[in-house]
Amino acid sequence: MKDVISLGVLGGILTSMIRLATPFLYAAIGETFAQTSGVVNLGVDGIMLLSAYGAFYVALNTGNLWLALLTAAAIGLLMGLLMSFISVTLKAEQGISGIGLYMFGLGMSSLLFKITIGTVKTIDGFQPVRIPLLGDIPGIGPILFDHSLPVYGAFLLVPIAWWVLDKTTLGLKIKSVGQNPAAADSLGINVDRIRYFSVCLGAVLAGLAGASLSTALVDLFQDNLTAGQGFIAVALVYFGGWNPWGVMGGAFLFSIVNSIQLWMQVIGVKIPSDVAVMLPYLLTIAALMITVNRVRQPAALNKPFERGES
Amino acid sequence: MQIKKAANKPLSLRRPAFDWSNVVLHFLLPLAGVLAALLIGAVMLIILKADPIAAYAAMVNGAVGSVSGITQSLVKATPLLLVGLGICIAFRANVINIGGEGQIILGALAATWFPLTFNTWPGWLLIPSTLIVGFVAGAIWGFVPGILKARLQVNEILSTIMMNSIAQQLMNLLLRGPLMDPSGIAAGTYLAQSARLPVQVWLPRLVPQTLLHAGAILAVVLAVLVYFFLWRTTIGYRIRAVGLNPDASRYSGINVPFYQALSMTLAGGFAGLAGAIEVIGVQHRLLEGVTSGYGFTGIVAALLGSLHPLGLIPASILFGGLLVGAAQMQRAVQVPSSLIDAILGLVVLFVSGSALWSRRWAARRNMGTEEEEKS
Repeated sequence: MKDVISLGVLGGILTSMIRLATPFLYAAIGETFAQTSGVVNLGVDGIMLLSAYGAFYVALNTGNLWLALLTAAAIGLLMGLLMSFISVTLKAEQGISGIGLYMFGLGMSSLLFKITIGTVKTIDGFQPVRIPLLGDIPGIGPILFDHSLPVYGAFLLVPIAWWVLDKTTLGLKIKSVGQNPAAADSLGINVDRIRYFSVCLGAVLAGLAGASLSTALVDLFQDNLTAGQGFIAVALVYFGGWNPWGVMGGAFLFSIVNSIQLWMQVIGVKIPSDVAVMLPYLLTIAALMITVNRVRQPAALNKPFERGES
Repeated sequence: MQIKKAANKPLSLRRPAFDWSNVVLHFLLPLAGVLAALLIGAVMLIILKADPIAAYAAMVNGAVGSVSGITQSLVKATPLLLVGLGICIAFRANVINIGGEGQIILGALAATWFPLTFNTWPGWLLIPSTLIVGFVAGAIWGFVPGILKARLQVNEILSTIMMNSIAQQLMNLLLRGPLMDPSGIAAGTYLAQSARLPVQVWLPRLVPQTLLHAGAILAVVLAVLVYFFLWRTTIGYRIRAVGLNPDASRYSGINVPFYQALSMTLAGGFAGLAGAIEVIGVQHRLLEGVTSGYGFTGIVAALLGSLHPLGLIPASILFGGLLVGAAQMQRAVQVPSSLIDAILGLVVLFVSGSALWSRRWAARRNMGTEEEEKS
């Protein structure tokens, strides 16, 4: 009897780990593209917030979840264009412009939420879809193959991102403008265009990360819904060494800490919930400490490119 | 280009001679950014079917339309100025401090605990020591990301944001535990706030019947002191040298990691002081929303003040007024005050985006001899 309970608990923790990893995966894989091209987009959290609001608003008013995802992607694209215009074309200090984008997204989503929705409401979000056959495998079936579509999408994204970055010409171009923009420029690669593309792709994925929160995980929107998950996603990119598989490992690490913490609160383990909530943030700092210098970061990370200056 | 800059940099650390182009660069360009952001805010209001003119009129009226409005604006400008001073110092060493929120919280926690514990001390002793304790607590919270940046190259933006979240949870924990108001526990209300601080630690009020307290004067004095510190002392010179060109500084024997960590520690200290002054000057007890977003708004003020301690004084008064006005706008015309948060974000985007123009302009005017405009 005792074994059955602990197996059930373990299954529950792993299932929720996979669910909770979803927004981290979208946002961090997107940020991997941006950073590989040499641009740190610290506004991920702001993009997630505004897109989460947009997706929720559309889902609440139309009931069409796919339209909600599309809205989130469009908001992400617009904010990505804004970020790349300021960081690539105007060559702003990326740390500052990213914080500006975050503040804009935080304030704007709160303003729109208060004016157009007002109170916390819930929607019928994406429902779990059990994959035939695979979902019937005892033990791992329900853990891995009984999730909503955005969750599957996040996990499909990892091999796709790896393939694009490692095996295609486009990926090579993205890497080259992040490593040595002057050399890439001399070979006829349009540095600014590649960076625009990477930042915008990252922003669209950040938009989907926000939508996955508000339409698939919690099915609601409130002020500061993300609670800094976008920043943790940026840290995960460092942690994962700019490699989608590494990023996935980091996302698992964070979401398992989160799901264990949630489970401890549920069963009432005697540690204050505030201490438990601190864990992911402490873990982020620790992760940044141990991963620095382990992997070489893109050489031109955080450096605007100007022709004739190198 | 980079090498030429390196050779020129130490020369440009002299205090620049007064130049009218500086006024345009450091004053009018940022102000244009604020106006553009307010204009976009007006467009957003029209789209949301709210009346922008009524909203902004309520905002201006709330900020400067009455004695209470003006003094409240100055009360809000005080923590912005203090936080901004710290951000200036860190920025000058090329370290970005996003951790103001957490550092304010630590300062506020310390400044709550200390007078409650040593409640028999007389005011002349208790006030300064409480301020120092607040400064030290914030400084510790700034030192951690500072040393991580200096020794391990940990990205200080990410680490300070994480420190903010940790500080927030720490405050939640303490306000629901050891620091919770005993009278609230006795009455069964269990409000998440501390007990009221002893009367002798309250900062004196400058204008009767208002919230304006002596902390505002202290903040202005400190702004002048920070100006002298950065431009007239060896340590200040080295902090700026590290920020302008870490490689050249290293070759000339400056301990770069030390000054990076020092600048972040000082930044944390000033934010901690802001938290302490909020507690003993305004609320007289610790409330959950003690930071009011000052850690982020302070960044905007610092950018708008061109990262100059004296430029910060008008910038923080401007944003203090905007914050007070936004609260008034929410009451008068029911436009949520989060509008101002979105506008602040746009200001940051515009000011950071316009740095390229001001850099190029400065380079053209000065032909690279006095490139003080590096931000």
